[in-house]
Amino acid sequence: MEDTGNILFSGVGGQGILLASEITVYALLSAGYDAKKSEVHGMAQRGGSVTAQLRYGKKVYSPLIEPGCADIQMAFEMMEAVRYLPFLHKGSTVIVNTQKILPPSVATGQAEYPRDVLRHLTERDIVVVPVDAFDIAREVGETKTANVVMVGALSAFLPIDAAIYEEVIRARVPERFRDVNLQAFAAGRQVSTVSKIGE
Amino acid sequence: MTKINDNALWMSGNEAIALGVYEAGVKVASGYPGTPSTEIMENLCRYDGVYTEWAPNEKVGLEVAIGASFAGARALATMKHVGVNVAADPLFTASYTGVCGGLVVVTADDPEMHSSQNEQDNRNYAFAAKLPMLEPSDPSEAKEFVKLAFELSEDLDSPVMLRITTRVSHVKGVVLRGEKRQSHAACGINKIPGKLVMLPAIARKRRVVVEERMQKCRELAETAAFNRLEEGDAQKGFITSGVSYLYVKEAFPEAAVLKLGMCWPLPEKKIRQFAASVDELYIVEELDPFLETHIKAMGIQCHGKDCIPSQGELNTAIVRQAIDPGSGPELFAPVELPNRPPNMCAGCPHRGIFYNLSRMKVFVSGDIGCYTLGFLPPLSAMDSCVCMGASVSIAHGMAKALGEDGYNQVVSVIGDSTFIHSGITGLINTVYNNSASTLIILDNRITAMTGQQQNPASGYNMKGEAATALDLEVLCRAVGVRHVYRVNPHDIVETRKILKEAVELREPSVVISEAPCVLLPEMKERKPVSYFTNQENCVGCMSCIRLGCPAISWTSFAEGEAERRGYRKNQKGISKIDEILCNDCGQCASLCKFNAITRGEGK
Repeated sequence: MEDTGNILFSGVGGQGILLASEITVYALLSAGYDAKKSEVHGMAQRGGSVTAQLRYGKKVYSPLIEPGCADIQMAFEMMEAVRYLPFLHKGSTVIVNTQKILPPSVATGQAEYPRDVLRHLTERDIVVVPVDAFDIAREVGETKTANVVMVGALSAFLPIDAAIYEEVIRARVPERFRDVNLQAFAAGRQVSTVSKIGE
Repeated sequence: MTKINDNALWMSGNEAIALGVYEAGVKVASGYPGTPSTEIMENLCRYDGVYTEWAPNEKVGLEVAIGASFAGARALATMKHVGVNVAADPLFTASYTGVCGGLVVVTADDPEMHSSQNEQDNRNYAFAAKLPMLEPSDPSEAKEFVKLAFELSEDLDSPVMLRITTRVSHVKGVVLRGEKRQSHAACGINKIPGKLVMLPAIARKRRVVVEERMQKCRELAETAAFNRLEEGDAQKGFITSGVSYLYVKEAFPEAAVLKLGMCWPLPEKKIRQFAASVDELYIVEELDPFLETHIKAMGIQCHGKDCIPSQGELNTAIVRQAIDPGSGPELFAPVELPNRPPNMCAGCPHRGIFYNLSRMKVFVSGDIGCYTLGFLPPLSAMDSCVCMGASVSIAHGMAKALGEDGYNQVVSVIGDSTFIHSGITGLINTVYNNSASTLIILDNRITAMTGQQQNPASGYNMKGEAATALDLEVLCRAVGVRHVYRVNPHDIVETRKILKEAVELREPSVVISEAPCVLLPEMKERKPVSYFTNQENCVGCMSCIRLGCPAISWTSFAEGEAERRGYRKNQKGISKIDEILCNDCGQCASLCKFNAITRGEGK
């Protein structure tokens, strides 16, 4: 369905992908969209490669994104930005947290972490938005807000006013963390507008 | 669960089922954790007025629910698909007794085996046990259908099965709140032996009742709203159910569809009418040709598994391309990348045991849990894994087949929860029929794989209240094991000595590995001191690397780098501990012979 938006979240079990996808959903729902999201629980969460699929629109049936149809991928790790390439198409946007997490074969010296891994995306006319979410979160004053930085970066590509996100964050984050999360969101949103490569 | 407004909630299928169960006025619910069913019970236990518990296995869970139903209460049992195999014995006979209070059994199937050892299609159970089965497509329908299932159960005097799949359980969507049923059926003792005592003479009479009930259900299925005709383009018509319906709606939005909310029994007249109204009939279903087989048995021509895959999950693209080949977009080919399989956590106590097993020449008969990951490299220390509890009996069978020479060649490994689930009877058999196999019980005080559920050995019940803790050592001794050892798995050297001693015995032996799961809240809250590498002492022997701990990584030296940095000329590299990831287990330090790993001051 052409009027349905497809966002793929990818990363490594334990990175907090589910939380980031939830904040995005609340904003979409607040803006009046229907949405469905598919997650995988269980064994994969033990440090494995993990995805969540989010679809939104006027009326959403399937919870799964069709291969070749993800408009945006939000990747929390560099290699995981490339692993789901068959889900993307020319002109897809990949927002990537420029963090490396070594898979076991690399950590044990059996394989190497691929060099310049994001070129696999830019070579295929995919728009890459690198975000150093950890560093930005540290500058904001709380490394735990790296997730929210990523949500901010994603927000720049969705048809939702920043005010709706801010409302969601105000409503859902405990008061003492509210300001730092709002700052993290704003910083992430700012980054998206300046750091596109491959466009 | 998140509130969108006063009436609408954003929730997963499992959360929606919990809400539906609450709204249906259920009094007793029992289950055993298993992906993708676990969160139903975890969410249900937060509602007031519903008694919830984790049972030691699915058979017990279902029997508890049957008991509650016999006492007049609405009752629920939840399990994953393979759990129904365990509960099949009471299920098939509860079909004969019928119910007093409404009884619903949730089976959560896992097409694609995201977290399972097989992808059996449990719709076959509805056919085999002669039970009505409802199959929702999404969270909103899951809530509606579970309430309906209780109504049907009481109207038809039958247990009703609710079949969900991973893409209903773990999909989130918008769900509307409903009314809570206020009037509870009065609970009390009902002596109706002609209905509840299944000895042959009575069972033969109830057998007739079962057929009458299924006939009544068939008639109801012809007119009920849950079997819904959606008019549309009749060139291609679709009969579908469950999550497959959603893929059909996306792929062929204009087509005529007969959506079956009840996948057993089938509304034959309705199906015939629909088949006659379309040019070509397609049956779209995941896994087995269940609807297709029964529709073909009606003498109706249709397409099904001749084009739709019978393995793994479906999705919109698969359905569209199966029916309209070549209709999809051209896809980017995947890029080859190092795999990222799941791994045991940093500090996981299981790692120490599997490290030792990887160094021993034994066949490791494994079981179901986080520790099945001991199969993966670099530990590669599991040689078989079949089903819950099988490790113990398989080891015994192997030992018997190997005979006298095999006394020290087979070890079985099982978690605390899995041992209680169905390993105990295997151990009784090992003792009774006397084989020399060694059983290792990995007691991490929790059911970890499914996300930290309490169990009879953990000392707490589902609500987190203190409960009597099963003493595993006393239990093993009580069934007749004379050699029971307790080890700290983080002390790799000492554990190895004990494992070797146990394996060499010519009698049954049990080694209980005692260390808590690092994901337990109390373990996460403590501030672990982390280990660090004294890199000047590291000789690159890779002993610590072979643990496969996610906190330890290897850096290869470039040519000449070793010498330049003051290491031996031919040293290949050094290892490094990520102090943020380290969970203070000390397994690596107990392996390092070069004083290159030291416990630090804390994070």
